[in-house]
Amino acid sequence: MKEYIIRLVYVEMLGHDASFGYIHAVKMIHDDSLLVKRTGYLAVTLFLNEDHDLIILIVNTIQKDLKSDNYLVVCAALNAVCKLINEETIPAVLPQIVELLAHPKEAVRKKAIMALHRFYQKSPSSVSHLVSNFRKRLCDNDPGVMGATLCPLFDLITNDVNSYKDLVISFVSILKQVAERRLPKAYDYHQMPAPFIQIKLLKILALLGSSDKQASENMYTVVGDIFRKCDSSSNIGNAVLYECICCVSSIYPNHKLLVSAADAISRFLKSDSHNLKYMGIDALGRLIKISPEIAEQHQLAVIDCLEDPDDTLKRKTFELLYKMTKSTNVEVIVDRMIDYMNSINDNHYKTEIASRCVELAEQFAPSNQWFIQTMNKVFEHAGDLVNIKVAHNLMRLIAEGFGEDDDTADSQLRSSAVESYLHILGEPKLPSVFLQVICWVLGEYGTADGKYSASYITGKLCDVAEAYSNDETVKAYAVTALMKIYAFEIAAGRKVDMLPECHSLMEEFLASHSTDLQQRAYELQAVIGLDAHAVESILPSDASCEDIEVDKALSFLNDYIQESIEKGAQPYIPESERTGMLNISNFRNQDHHEASSHGLRFEAYELPKQTVQARIPPASLASTELVPVPEAMYPRESYQTTTVPSVSSDAASTELKLRLDGVQKRWGRQTHFPSTSTSNSTSLKTVNGITQVDGSNTANSRTRETYDSRKQVEISPEKQKLAASLFGGPSKTEKKSATGHKSSKPSSHMVKSHAPKSSMEVASEKTSVQQPPDLLDFGEPTVRSTAPSLDPFKDLEGLLEPTTQVSSAVNHSSTAAVTKSPDIMGLYTETTAGAHHKDSDILSGLSKPPMTNMVGGTTTMQVAQSSKGPNLKDSLEKDALVRQIGVTPSSQNPNLFKDILG
Amino acid sequence: MGIRFILMVNKQGQTRLAQYYEWLTLEERRALEGEIVRKCLARNEQQCSFVEHRNYKIVYRRYASLFFLVGVDNDENELAILEFIHLLVETMDRHFGNVCELDIMFHLEKAHFMLEEMVMNGSIVETSKANILSPIQLMDKAS
Repeated sequence: MKEYIIRLVYVEMLGHDASFGYIHAVKMIHDDSLLVKRTGYLAVTLFLNEDHDLIILIVNTIQKDLKSDNYLVVCAALNAVCKLINEETIPAVLPQIVELLAHPKEAVRKKAIMALHRFYQKSPSSVSHLVSNFRKRLCDNDPGVMGATLCPLFDLITNDVNSYKDLVISFVSILKQVAERRLPKAYDYHQMPAPFIQIKLLKILALLGSSDKQASENMYTVVGDIFRKCDSSSNIGNAVLYECICCVSSIYPNHKLLVSAADAISRFLKSDSHNLKYMGIDALGRLIKISPEIAEQHQLAVIDCLEDPDDTLKRKTFELLYKMTKSTNVEVIVDRMIDYMNSINDNHYKTEIASRCVELAEQFAPSNQWFIQTMNKVFEHAGDLVNIKVAHNLMRLIAEGFGEDDDTADSQLRSSAVESYLHILGEPKLPSVFLQVICWVLGEYGTADGKYSASYITGKLCDVAEAYSNDETVKAYAVTALMKIYAFEIAAGRKVDMLPECHSLMEEFLASHSTDLQQRAYELQAVIGLDAHAVESILPSDASCEDIEVDKALSFLNDYIQESIEKGAQPYIPESERTGMLNISNFRNQDHHEASSHGLRFEAYELPKQTVQARIPPASLASTELVPVPEAMYPRESYQTTTVPSVSSDAASTELKLRLDGVQKRWGRQTHFPSTSTSNSTSLKTVNGITQVDGSNTANSRTRETYDSRKQVEISPEKQKLAASLFGGPSKTEKKSATGHKSSKPSSHMVKSHAPKSSMEVASEKTSVQQPPDLLDFGEPTVRSTAPSLDPFKDLEGLLEPTTQVSSAVNHSSTAAVTKSPDIMGLYTETTAGAHHKDSDILSGLSKPPMTNMVGGTTTMQVAQSSKGPNLKDSLEKDALVRQIGVTPSSQNPNLFKDILG
Repeated sequence: MGIRFILMVNKQGQTRLAQYYEWLTLEERRALEGEIVRKCLARNEQQCSFVEHRNYKIVYRRYASLFFLVGVDNDENELAILEFIHLLVETMDRHFGNVCELDIMFHLEKAHFMLEEMVMNGSIVETSKANILSPIQLMDKAS
């Protein structure tokens, strides 16, 4: 059977469906043979996802196996738990997993920790009360368990740095001991002491030390040590070095460390291995944020990487360039990026690089002209991949202009845009988004400067609409542009002659299947028929930036509301206040309770309980019949309106609760609720029924009013739509928040002042050098937060030793890990020596039939206990020290001193 | 979630072992494997062992006819993953003795067990060869 299941795994692996055999894999996990059972678990984890129907059949077996005496069975079950348990089934196994955290076998503890980690990933709330277990396991005697605990802690710290600042010292001391080879030899890899644990710890330290000077200062010594100790001739040594650089660039900067990091980077970049170059470029990109000047010495290496035929390296280099772009080098970098973008086919990466181009161009554009040209290039080559927002941004930019009050510059910008677009329209195939921009700009500004006649522009627009006849959005943009141009002509008092092709186009659109197109075409017809004055008020020239005022408070309805209130209507209470009145937590609890009692249960069947709801008052029966009809018809509305009365009397509150029941019955889970309403509540309800009807009435009339008002505001739907597409919404505030460009104005102005210098540079470079070195021009002095006048590092080195000890002792009560960590490492060697004994012991135990297995298990326990013996002296010393400082073992962590106190 | 998946593929592009740490449907797996195997097989010795693919990176290493591919998140240490592959191979070497493609083909479950010990929830949890192999040896003895 085992062989067949493995074949089945093959079948799936090669891409064929093997679902017919899943059930056999599920059966296999019941097998008595350990190997078969584990293979069954393996197959199940490979075949099923956590929402598969068969999981229900597995949960019971998992529960049973978690209780097994054979730790290998427990491990197999824990592996499956990590892969198969979903949010709903977590409660079924959680208590057992928590128990297993204290299992004598380190392999089990490790896997139990990882199972909790998995639960945390799946639903953080389900294990939020168990987070302290992770801290406790950090000072586990076994380095494997400690190493595994770093994974969940890493996730926890990523999500919430501040709650774990107290662990900095423990992490530092663990890292120090790892680096000093205090871990068993088995964890060495290519002469490096436990490099994977080191890397994980460095990652955690990077998180904890980021922009925290105090925490970072604790780390400087150990990170410096690792820098010195790392063997840069092996891959793994370089991996640790790289992680050190990442850490240094993330924590509060320290000059000495930055120098070592820069050294390491230059070694990476100078190496022949492409892998190291790649890491070097990546590391440079990280460090450059802190000390931009180090890039200077690596210019040539970076340029080499940029020219390299290896695509991966090239991309990484572009990432670096993206990070170091400034106003002085933006032109070159963006040009390079666009060239590269044209040369690749991968849409995913093309999109990314296009959006980066756009971002850089928006941030650092030296001139409007250049910006528009760049955007044109980007759109031309990757138009369909660019986010539509970019197009809207571009339109807004052209409409608003760069300059503050410089109208001539704006109109120059516009006319240059129009010109370039008319030129680009000659190209055979253009992306839709770009065409939309072109149509809009031509419609808005095509005839603004009088250079091109209306008939020329309209002719072009008609061409666009015809050429891209299957793209409705483009056609719609074209029609609207046509309408605007005609409107401007009429408003200027000129006679309008529709071109023949335009006529035919309109006829086609009037009969179009798309209602949007039809609408636009009819509007165009209507606008043409009007006189100059009316047209001007409908479509004023160059008014796309004007804000359309929307009275959100609907103040013009005040009179009406006053009138209704006088007639006896309920005053309106905003929704936020209404929900505030509702006792939400109460509601939630109830819901939760219901879910837990009615959800799937994984325990065995209980004995039947005597039903309590034996006597339901007859009145309640009557009341269920009496429930007023409106409630049934508008359950939601009634739900809202019943909460309206602000009288907080007892009657009202009970009534609220009752209401919730009613609502839940209809909208909640399909559960049966014993009716708890009494005759008292029915009277309330009926009273309510009246107010309800009233409320819904006013609500109706209100919506009608708002609809009317909307119609009034809609002076020209076209305008509004455009405004909406430009500003993201008609409201003023949104427009303000949406302008990314206005904020970048100062920078573009600064550029202008710099312009003569940089352009000169560029000119001179271009004549002689093919690879413009101004790419890496870091001449501009940048403010550096580092550069300490005197070296705090030296002082620290001396200081750190005592401080860690003292503070660790002081912190003792809050962190179980701290005091423990200094001496765990001492235990490691001994315990693993013991572990070897255990292994052999268990081997002998296993070779016998499983009955004797239990005996083997107990002996291992004894061995484990006795193996702790040799540390007694060591730990007694420690204990004495602790006592001297005045800390007594707290009841909080009894395990901590177990080996000391016996 | 550092590691997304681990694949072993031979030179002909046939998958020899696949372990995913996030759920993908059969079709998604097939498409993904096809794409990345094509990408990686096309690269030469001089080029670096990392390939960016969609929103993650693939670290690969070649041993004779067999490619080891590991898909990782963007903020993972690539060199470390590269060495992790080597550690995996060393571990298999210790168990099978001069491991080759056929060993993995015929003892697929063993290879999986080793991975299960080394990686959980997409994170590296165990790097000591003795710890990785001891459960497997115990099971061998027991049956």
